[in-house]
Amino acid sequence: MELLEKLTILSDAAKYDAACTSSGVRRGYREGYIGNTSSSLAGCCHTFSADGRCVTLLKVLLTNRCVYDCKYCVNRRSNDTKRAAFTPEELAELTIGFYRRNYIEGLFLSSGVLRNPDYTTELMIQALRILRETYRFNGYIHAKAIPGTSPELVEQLGFLADRLSVNIELPSESGLKLLAPDKTKGAILAPMKQIQTRAAQGKEELVKYRHAPKFAPAGQSTQMIVGATQDSDLHILRLTQGLYDRYRLKRVFYSAYVPVVENTLLPSLDTKPPLLREHRLYQADWLLRFYGFRAEELLDEQTPDFNPLVDPKCSWALAHLDFFPVEVNTADYETLLRVPGIGVVSAKRILVSRRAVRLQVEDLRKLGVVMKRAQYFLTCRGRMAEGLRFTPDSLLLNLIAAERPALPGPGIEQLSLFGA
Amino acid sequence: MEVIYLYDGSFEGFLCCIFDSYANREVPSDIVPEENASFTLFESRFIATDKSRADRVFRKVSALSGEAALLLSRGFLTCLEHREMHLFRLVAKLLREGPGFLRNLADETLLPVLKAVRHLEGEAHLLRGFVRFSDYSGILGGEIEPKNHVLPLLRSHFCSRFPNEQFFIYDRTHREALLYAGAKAIIVPLDRFEMAQPDETETSYRRLWKRFYDTIAIKERENPRCRQTRMPKRYWNTMTEFQSEDYFISGQCSKINQHTDILPTVSITAD
Repeated sequence: MELLEKLTILSDAAKYDAACTSSGVRRGYREGYIGNTSSSLAGCCHTFSADGRCVTLLKVLLTNRCVYDCKYCVNRRSNDTKRAAFTPEELAELTIGFYRRNYIEGLFLSSGVLRNPDYTTELMIQALRILRETYRFNGYIHAKAIPGTSPELVEQLGFLADRLSVNIELPSESGLKLLAPDKTKGAILAPMKQIQTRAAQGKEELVKYRHAPKFAPAGQSTQMIVGATQDSDLHILRLTQGLYDRYRLKRVFYSAYVPVVENTLLPSLDTKPPLLREHRLYQADWLLRFYGFRAEELLDEQTPDFNPLVDPKCSWALAHLDFFPVEVNTADYETLLRVPGIGVVSAKRILVSRRAVRLQVEDLRKLGVVMKRAQYFLTCRGRMAEGLRFTPDSLLLNLIAAERPALPGPGIEQLSLFGA
Repeated sequence: MEVIYLYDGSFEGFLCCIFDSYANREVPSDIVPEENASFTLFESRFIATDKSRADRVFRKVSALSGEAALLLSRGFLTCLEHREMHLFRLVAKLLREGPGFLRNLADETLLPVLKAVRHLEGEAHLLRGFVRFSDYSGILGGEIEPKNHVLPLLRSHFCSRFPNEQFFIYDRTHREALLYAGAKAIIVPLDRFEMAQPDETETSYRRLWKRFYDTIAIKERENPRCRQTRMPKRYWNTMTEFQSEDYFISGQCSKINQHTDILPTVSITAD
């Protein structure tokens, strides 16, 4: 089979994986090697695909042949689709060819399960070894750890890759049983635990020996499919929080379920992917990681799902009006971060600027505060923005109006669905 | 009396304008590169570039605030209109009041420079990803059309990425090129430049990349507005995945030679 066709099949089969980041590790020039990792903490996007997602890595499967039969997956054994496989040499050469042309930041290698998890992982290790050792590649590698792989092989994989990930696939064990009968929660969490323990050990070794090889220096991430099962946002967010707390994950990705197969257990083929719901989950995920929120603050048993009309932070603010208004000139960083319209960047700018002057309302926009949201929740020198009149009821409407233009096209269609 | 300062367009030349303004105890109504000068009713004066004077100005600014010195050198690379006067006012305020006002990020003298520098750094960040190289017999070459002078900000990134390669990036907007060979990098003005024709291997990689790009998008999630916000259209011009069909067909290989001999000649003058 021609390389072009292989690439088409194996990138098409990999595209439903949401993760495409090259963040979390800064590695500069290395004598005799090609490549570095992004000097920016946020990673580096090389292009954006037509769906607006960042493309930073060559995201492909080693093969889309698979012995598993997960109901939601395009690559399941029972699906009648064209199959292909890269040879390890082929894949390494393609990666370097793309990397030299600055198409990509590195490789994101995943695979269908060929024969068994160990055999598949061995092939992946072989490809990464050629890349690291023969081509002396110093760029970014993200590799998938396949549940059920023996710990020794995960260990080898971790020393070749910058980031490892194990996909949790579905947010609940009942979902797994129903839709991914070959996978169990235990098999997914075991490599996750191993990766976490090994990375912690690695840090200790680094203290002792500066040149000790690094195990997955950019940490691990995971992804779960949203909308294929009945799980609530609260359930998903609690799970996310648990993963950050217990397994020290760097990122949790959500992937709105795109119907790829007709099955009575799954949403029908004409279901639109729940993009707005995915968007709200990402917003909440940000609140957990950077804004000091806990899952229980954002949702509870009475309201287990996010309001499609306003973002999670606005929802929280509306439910806690007694927390506001916040005085910008005296509030601490954590309090500032709770104000809708103030983000990490603008909160830091406020902290710096107010050491030099007492801030006025007009200054805030210049510092990057989104005033159409923030104005209702803050004071400057004890005063709110001039001419502002609102009641708790009109506040909700104002905030909805402030967000509407920013929502993606399909989101607006979904809004009417939710409203109905 | 109103006077306009003309200078040679270099950073040192601009610093000398600041020096002269203090020496002559006058505030110019504008500072413009000589080549951009248009006929005005104001008196204009050419300020000669003197390295030692430029150093004195820069040292003074650095001594008062390292941050201001960075803003000054970065600010000079931006596409901010009347950047020279904005930077001049920033330096004047720094000398008059000391560095305290630099902490007020909403300060009216500071803010325009700050915004322009953020724009420059943002553009450089995007281009670290959006630059596309082609392989011309072992030499990597790419073109960009940035609004700001980003080459100085791209230099260290690409040098550490491709230490053992020879490469060049041509900036069509400012007609200058970053050249790297034998562990040396320089930025030189280059008025005329035309890319060589790709060979068969090169076009096959272009086709592979284009195919990957087209395949990786999920049809059901298509969102052109999101894509365009994160990757403004003005960058598409120089990106492989947005080129028309003939970009993916190899041409006559003879033209490649033009460029293989550019690099060695320029790199000799690099030291």
